[in-house]
Amino acid sequence: MSFDHLRATYFEESAELLESAYAQLSDLAEGREDGETVHALFRAIHSIKGGGGAFGFDRLVRLAHGMETLLDLLREGTLPLDAAQVALLLRGADALADLLAAERGGTAVAAGFEDALMQAFRIAAEAPAGAPRVVAAPATAAPVDLPEGWRIDFRPRPELFRNANEPLLLVRQLQRLGPVTVTADLTRLPPLERMEAEDAYLDWHFVLQAAVPRGSVEEVFEFVADDCELTISPIAAEVVAEADTPQEAAPAEIAPVAAQAVAATTPQAAAASQPAAQSMRVDVQKIDRLVNLVGEMVIGQAMLVQHAGSLPPDLCPGLTAGLETLSQHLRELQEGVMSIRTQPVKSVFSRMPRLVRELSAQLGKDVRLVVTGESTEIDKTVVEQLADPLTHLLRNALDHGIETPDQREAAGKPRQGTVHLSAAQRSGRIVIELSDDGRGIDRARVLARARERGLVAPDAVLSESEIDELIFLPSFSTAATVSAVSGRGVGMDVVRRNIQALGGRIALESRFGSGSRFLLSLPLTLAVLDGLVVSVGREAYILPIAAIVESLRPRPEDIHAVVGRGDVLSIRGAYIPLLPLHRHFAVPEAEADPSRGIVVIVETDHAGQLGLLVDDLVGQQQVVVKSLEANYGRVEGIGGATILGDGRVALILDIPGLGLGQGRVAASAPRSPATPSALQ
Amino acid sequence: MAKRVMTVDDSRTMREMVAFTLRKAGFEVSEAADGKLALAALQAAPVDVVITDLNMPNMDGVALIRALRADPRMRATPILMLTTESEASKKAEGKSAGATGWLVKPFDPEKLIDVVKRVAG
Repeated sequence: MSFDHLRATYFEESAELLESAYAQLSDLAEGREDGETVHALFRAIHSIKGGGGAFGFDRLVRLAHGMETLLDLLREGTLPLDAAQVALLLRGADALADLLAAERGGTAVAAGFEDALMQAFRIAAEAPAGAPRVVAAPATAAPVDLPEGWRIDFRPRPELFRNANEPLLLVRQLQRLGPVTVTADLTRLPPLERMEAEDAYLDWHFVLQAAVPRGSVEEVFEFVADDCELTISPIAAEVVAEADTPQEAAPAEIAPVAAQAVAATTPQAAAASQPAAQSMRVDVQKIDRLVNLVGEMVIGQAMLVQHAGSLPPDLCPGLTAGLETLSQHLRELQEGVMSIRTQPVKSVFSRMPRLVRELSAQLGKDVRLVVTGESTEIDKTVVEQLADPLTHLLRNALDHGIETPDQREAAGKPRQGTVHLSAAQRSGRIVIELSDDGRGIDRARVLARARERGLVAPDAVLSESEIDELIFLPSFSTAATVSAVSGRGVGMDVVRRNIQALGGRIALESRFGSGSRFLLSLPLTLAVLDGLVVSVGREAYILPIAAIVESLRPRPEDIHAVVGRGDVLSIRGAYIPLLPLHRHFAVPEAEADPSRGIVVIVETDHAGQLGLLVDDLVGQQQVVVKSLEANYGRVEGIGGATILGDGRVALILDIPGLGLGQGRVAASAPRSPATPSALQ
Repeated sequence: MAKRVMTVDDSRTMREMVAFTLRKAGFEVSEAADGKLALAALQAAPVDVVITDLNMPNMDGVALIRALRADPRMRATPILMLTTESEASKKAEGKSAGATGWLVKPFDPEKLIDVVKRVAG
């Protein structure tokens, strides 16, 4: 259905716009705005309104219009901006979000829900007489009186018609603004024999009798501005009366108004041009195309290197050096292109303080949010997709984690609870941590609940981490009563799925009575990774460098068999489970003896370290990740595929995914303190 | 008779958005996914207004505009470019190739209808 599709597009875009609106509002609230902030905010609300109109969301349109009116005054500088207005606009944005959600979900928002708010916008826009008006810039503060009308001299270039522009249509357009007197000027008309049939020769003088802003007149001529000489000048009342002889308009009367108009636009123009020089809006599709092309170049370069390697070295001495330089520049190019796609996580983090403020008020709790590392940069797609999971985790932390002040006091904790949200770059990934000092997870209750729901056999014995895993199961919720805050039917399983869809992992650490900690580990970029190419039989696999701890050829006496669990490798007093890749992927003709192959030790999020048995190490290279999911389907343990320099396709291993299958082995295999879990 | 508009864009969402908006306003709308397809369709059956994206595979918007202007039947057909704010140079190129006007993405539906009416007469 195209209508549904369109609606989906609209809701998606509106969500993005609202997000940017929130960011701009918080900039305004904290005094971090620049000349562009209010304009950007206005555009966001305007776009939501525009799309809403197309779908007949009348209430939404009216509310957005109310906000727009206020923003327009703020934008023009007619009205000073204060905290009350920012708060009001924030409430407006919330109401818009609610109306959008209702339209999206097909539910109804109570009639009159937005009335009070609309009234507040009207009052704010009217600005009581006593309210201070901006006086800093007299040019903008003095409301520019609209002239009685406009005189327009329009001298088209001969080529005007070649772009299918037509003066007659311009006249009609002008007439929509008010009565127009038209005079044609024939002076440029050549003798018939020299006339080109498709050229424009007539000049036109229009007198428009309508008190409209200059912009409305300019808009009519928007498309022909480059193809003509255009003079638009305001006229005073008495001149309109003599409209038949427009040439006699007294310049002395026009000058002051014109000067004022120019003065009024200059500071704004200067403010607008400044940020424009620093940043530019680029279509994401264009960037993605660029990312893709650079990826293809990386593959091409790898092929070149491969072929050059097979030539006799003295055949072309400059070739190797040239390739070396090319690789270096290509790498820089790639990093540069990738960095265009990255964004600070701040855009998501900045929404959280408000959420905490409002939720704690609603829940009667006292919570302090500490945010760190908000300038950490991560791929734009990842940033966008983080908002929902983070919001959910934060709601959970406040609703279920942090206790009421009285409960906290009784437990010997400070009355104020603390939630810590941080982001940091760690070994090629971004780690986002959300921790609280609340009551932690009551494992006995979780287990009881899981048994009650038949998720766990009544007699099963589970480790602490296995019990924690239960809360990620679909439709698992321990909240005794489903509150309005969390427990909206979206469970931790959805959070985990969202994170996994981004190539990320989520892990939980909790101590009953003293708090919980969620760790989200996400890839920096979804497009390229540094990989180690390994061979298994006649196959090649890529291991992400970031996950590799070390590689070695074990001695036969370091390999121990654990009954029913496979082999473990003893290394410096620690035991690491071994996963022979050839067996995992059923590859024939591969090295089965660990002491004759190579063991690559990798770090998994869930199961600590894991030793992968491969035949040999081939080399390290940057690989372009091609989605397997998009072209084939999701395979556990495989993160994607790539094309090697020799044209072969190699699968990229998803180490944490491999670890999942090994979780049970790792959990029960002898572990030493030297085996850090991902949570430490 | 309803005015006929063709929307040319490699993004289906964008095409549908334009088509949907204009159909609601009473236009008859056809779609093409790139310049090549658009040109072929237009040569078979001209329309009253063409709205084209600039960045497209096979034949881009500027090339399409040139090709249309070279066809005597479409010399006077209004052509609107759908541009993004960052495509200023492309816009100028399109203009000199013969585009009538432009719309900036993301467009406001009212503005789209208004502009199409403005150039269609």
